[in-house]
Amino acid sequence: MNDWPLWEVFVRSRRGLSHVHAGSLHAPDAELALRNARDLYTRRQEGVSIWVVRSAEIEASTPDERDSFFDPAADKIYRHPTFYDVPEGVQHL
Amino acid sequence: MSAHFEYVLALADDALVSAQRMGWWISRAPQLEEDVALANIGLDQLGQARTLLAHAGAVEGAGRSEDDLAYLRDERDFRNVHLVERDQSDFGVAMARLLLFSSYQAELYAALRTSSDLTVAGVAGKAVKEVAYHLDHARQWVLRLGDGTEESHRRMQAALDAEWRHLDELFDSSWLAVELLDEGVAVDPASLREPALSRILPVLRQATLHVPEVLPAVGGGRRGLHTEQFGYLLAEMQHLARSHPGATW
Repeated sequence: MNDWPLWEVFVRSRRGLSHVHAGSLHAPDAELALRNARDLYTRRQEGVSIWVVRSAEIEASTPDERDSFFDPAADKIYRHPTFYDVPEGVQHL
Repeated sequence: MSAHFEYVLALADDALVSAQRMGWWISRAPQLEEDVALANIGLDQLGQARTLLAHAGAVEGAGRSEDDLAYLRDERDFRNVHLVERDQSDFGVAMARLLLFSSYQAELYAALRTSSDLTVAGVAGKAVKEVAYHLDHARQWVLRLGDGTEESHRRMQAALDAEWRHLDELFDSSWLAVELLDEGVAVDPASLREPALSRILPVLRQATLHVPEVLPAVGGGRRGLHTEQFGYLLAEMQHLARSHPGATW
């Protein structure tokens, strides 16, 4: 049973919020992964909804790619709404 | 012993002893995740037992607390069935037993929600949801082990055969005082048989397991007659409280 795959667990703490990564666990299949997640991550009423995803199915960015992925956004202040002045007379913005 | 006291004890002792057996799995389950799952189930049962034992003490009216009843009674004073008291150090046995026991408890607590004993009704109302999860957990494993590999199927069937002998005792009504039924305190265990079986049998079918054709065991737990293994369980469960009376931490 040591070859059970790893699953990532996402828990939504209450209605209206989005699912947040809570941790990971081992389980033989999706149904049991969901149940294990219930037992491990919602024991203290932390959630109203759970997603589980096979860790192997997640494509993640790597630390090596950090420069090319994220640094270019650093000097593009015009991507922030605060860059723009709101013209006088504009209402309901 | 009053009939009412004895009835609440029977409910409490089933839950308490099952919880104690479940606790054995902590640190021994096949995976850490299963360890937590079985501990959760055991703790649910312990929670049921605690409220029921405290209530039994109140019904008796002799000033005994839940701890007195759990730790200071001798074997013959326990009213639990044999199904829950025997050794369960095989995972297949643990899951077969949980399937049978939680199917029974699901029907029992559903019916007891309208008990005229309001504490019993309250415990039942809360426990119904807990037991639904226990049943689901057992079902998931019985399906996977029954309809798994050749070896897992063989062992699951053997476990089921062993536990099935103790199924009848759950539905035995002969020990129950009729006035408890008239007063609406208790439910007739015999009436739970068909509904409980209709939860169990579809699981067995889907798990490719056959319904065991075994002779029922003698039973007697409701009258205080227990198996040898139960003595060892009590020794372990009670030794701290008895060696250090009144100890707290």
